[in-house]
Amino acid sequence: MANLSMTVNGKAVTANVDPRTLLVQFLRENLRLTGTHVGCDTSQCGACVVHLDGKAVKACTTLALSCEGASVTTIEGLANGGALHPMQEAFREHHGLQCGFCTPGMIMSAVDIVNRRGNDLDEKTIREDLDGNICRCTGYHNIVKAVAAGAEAMAGQGLASKEPPRQAAE
Amino acid sequence: MSATGIGAPVRRKEDHRFITGQGRYTDDINRPGQAHAYFLRSPHAHATLKKIDTMAAAAMPGVLGIFTGDDLAADKVGGLICGWMIHNKDGSPMRAGPHPALAQGKVRYVGDHVAVVVAETLAQARDAAEAIVVDYGVLPAVVDTATAAKAKTQVHAEAPDNTVFNWHLGDRAATDAAFKAAKHVTKLDIVNNRLVPNPMEPRAAVGDYDQGEGAFTLYTTSQNPHVARLVLSAFIGIAPENKLRVIAPDVGGGFGSKIFIYAEETVCVWVAKKVGRPVKWTSDRTEAFLSDAHGRDHVTHAELAMDADGKMLAMRVHTTANLGAYLSTFSSSVPTYLYAPLLSGQYDIPAIYCEVDAVYTNTAPVDAYRGAGRPEATFVVERLVEVAARQLGKDPAKFRTQNFIKKFPHQTPVIMMYDTGNYGASLKKAMEIIDYKGFPKRRRDSARSGKLRGIGFSAYIEACGIAPSAAVGSLGAGVGLWESAEVRVNPIGTIEVLTGSHSHGQGHETTFAQLVSDRLGVPLENVSIVHGDTDKVQMGMGTYGSRSGAVGMSAIFKAIDKVIAKGKKVAAYVLEADEADIDFKDGNFSVKGTDRTLDFGSCALQAYVAHKFNGQDLEPGLKEGAFYDPTNFTFPAGVHICELEIDPDTGVTRIERWAAVDDFGNVINPMIVEGQVHGGIAQGVGQALLEGARYNADGQLVTASFMDYCMPRADDLPSFEVGMTVTPCPSNPLGIKGCGEAGAIASPPAVINAITDALGHEDIAMPATPQAVWRAAQKTLSRMAAE
Repeated sequence: MANLSMTVNGKAVTANVDPRTLLVQFLRENLRLTGTHVGCDTSQCGACVVHLDGKAVKACTTLALSCEGASVTTIEGLANGGALHPMQEAFREHHGLQCGFCTPGMIMSAVDIVNRRGNDLDEKTIREDLDGNICRCTGYHNIVKAVAAGAEAMAGQGLASKEPPRQAAE
Repeated sequence: MSATGIGAPVRRKEDHRFITGQGRYTDDINRPGQAHAYFLRSPHAHATLKKIDTMAAAAMPGVLGIFTGDDLAADKVGGLICGWMIHNKDGSPMRAGPHPALAQGKVRYVGDHVAVVVAETLAQARDAAEAIVVDYGVLPAVVDTATAAKAKTQVHAEAPDNTVFNWHLGDRAATDAAFKAAKHVTKLDIVNNRLVPNPMEPRAAVGDYDQGEGAFTLYTTSQNPHVARLVLSAFIGIAPENKLRVIAPDVGGGFGSKIFIYAEETVCVWVAKKVGRPVKWTSDRTEAFLSDAHGRDHVTHAELAMDADGKMLAMRVHTTANLGAYLSTFSSSVPTYLYAPLLSGQYDIPAIYCEVDAVYTNTAPVDAYRGAGRPEATFVVERLVEVAARQLGKDPAKFRTQNFIKKFPHQTPVIMMYDTGNYGASLKKAMEIIDYKGFPKRRRDSARSGKLRGIGFSAYIEACGIAPSAAVGSLGAGVGLWESAEVRVNPIGTIEVLTGSHSHGQGHETTFAQLVSDRLGVPLENVSIVHGDTDKVQMGMGTYGSRSGAVGMSAIFKAIDKVIAKGKKVAAYVLEADEADIDFKDGNFSVKGTDRTLDFGSCALQAYVAHKFNGQDLEPGLKEGAFYDPTNFTFPAGVHICELEIDPDTGVTRIERWAAVDDFGNVINPMIVEGQVHGGIAQGVGQALLEGARYNADGQLVTASFMDYCMPRADDLPSFEVGMTVTPCPSNPLGIKGCGEAGAIASPPAVINAITDALGHEDIAMPATPQAVWRAAQKTLSRMAAE
């Protein structure tokens, strides 16, 4: 067992965990933040995407201990108090979800796309940059619309990345 | 139309919890004292179980118990069942082997359940499972669908030639005679590739036993919790229904794969009592690939006979269907009554004959996957029709139009009585959307940049609702397929609707509330939909076969009628008028010809305070229930057109345009309906271009993760152009036909017809991967060079 401390959704948390504990297990089992989901075991589906120090990561293949001292934001921490994040609002407005299981990871990835690529996203960019997230319900049609609208709304609320957009990881 | 009533694109009520991470799926549920289950699964496709040594494993840290098939037998826990009896051509019943929840004596597919370990933590359960020593007597595996009946190895002693049934439908003599008289016959060999449904939420179960009450609770990822309770009680014998509560909370997609009653939930609820602790199991994705029921897997030879003018005369089909190693809950109905009765498609075909051989193999069980039988039928019909049009030198749209059924009702030669439709209207609209006239120019433009462009049609029909009960009973169903609803009006006029339908992405909390809001004139936010809990909803048959609108909402409609009738009685007392003079409109009861009114909420309060009437003359309260059984299947139909471009240098197929025009009858929420169409098309495109479950000759599933099984991603798909035509369904009060499966049914032949059009080939197998398309395209290029 090993000691672990990090900030999750703005709150400091400490725990004593089995070293093989994954970040997603720590969030779901220890903190009972069950909005982050596990849809596969090969880092393919993206249902587990959270932000680690502001960047999207797949929590299913991140060891909790590797996040020592880091700041983690999950879907539960995205809304600002009672007000939904514009990307959450856009997913509802554009029917970008059906069963809702992939949705938290999809929204966290969408926010990350905006952080990396800016607020003016064309369909091709959105489709290519969503390649780490699988949805089985929507056929992506409305997710793509939601991400474009959410990106635009983020600009309106000053949620654009102030730095020049980061490029894709690879 | 009001802003929240029938026909309005109301934003979904359920979304808030999903977009904020507050959804409550089965794996999110944790019971006090909960332990964890891990299943030791067979690494062999076919083997005898000579010995299972659990001694060392049982002594491992945290282990609470290890159980095998012997323990199931000792506790007299019954096997899993197949709920649809199919009879052979000679009238004898199908031949089914036993299906224990934990293997007894033999394992029959990779992933079959050898033992369950229950431990304090999942990691401890996994560690202990690794310490179980199993002595397997490995046997040869039967894998191939087409040759399973000829294999020397037998999967079940009860089924000689690995054959579950030889079944047929239609008039063989009339069909053969029509073929003899035909001027042209088109023949095609077709493989409908095996798929893995892959809802994003893996299956999960939490079993709990209350010692004080002697009662079980099962939380499970189910599309039909009441059917699960029925099967677990009446057949498997876990507990009587009144001592077994089944809860299916938020469920992350199903697509058919969560209809069935599986080994894992059976075992979780059984062992919860044995270890005296709540027991949770959650599938990982590889377990899902191995043990969720797969879909499709047909091998078919089909023939279409036509006269000199191209008028269709007859169709003859032989299909071998792979049902896997055990018969899953509804597996036998899929390649029979959900398949052959759809072979008439949208066409007037006087004679049809279909034979189906269903085989056991050493692969995962195969059962309903989105469309279930109807995509397989549509693929046969629409590939045959397309190839026939090309062979006859006819335009594919004109050839279809020539043979469309144009008068309704229409009795097909394969059971179905189509009630209504306008197939020409859907075709015309889809051709307008895609700009069919402009296609030759677009094809030339593509050719100029070295690309091959093709266009493909698919005119599909489906039979939905999977009811009336008497009809499905006569075809072998073990249950009735009606639906139930209860409308509970609270004293201040808010409403709870309890429904036997189950939402796992379909948006019932919104659409069902729209119906209530529309009919009772109450605000949408005053209506709550309750589903997925057998202690709250008395009985229901669940959600599959696009039945929740046509059947489930019709039950609510019927219960609302009763609420209004009761409300009129209350209003008559309050307004001091004759009941016959009370009208109900826009949320108000009124006395005909007067300005005296009573709003719905006040009427509810009066019903509960019961001050204005005598409780002996009229019962207090305002709560009504209804069971609804429709008068026919429903017949959604439409036309999808796919236009795509192939890069012959890479073999990559890009779908450029997709026009979908569907006739779903009346629509409650067009936003949600279009979303269902989008998702269905994506699954069908996945089947056509990307997805395929592959077993090797030893029966190992070589596509058992998302790294090996290609799921459609955002950049594999275009945006879709969706249109609708409407012929209201006459067999239910709402005129709804159902929309959940259409996209998955329509799309595979549209894609393959477009690819073969682009390549100038008769056929290409699914999935048409870049490698397969590249090979085919090289032949096209050499032919073009030779010309």
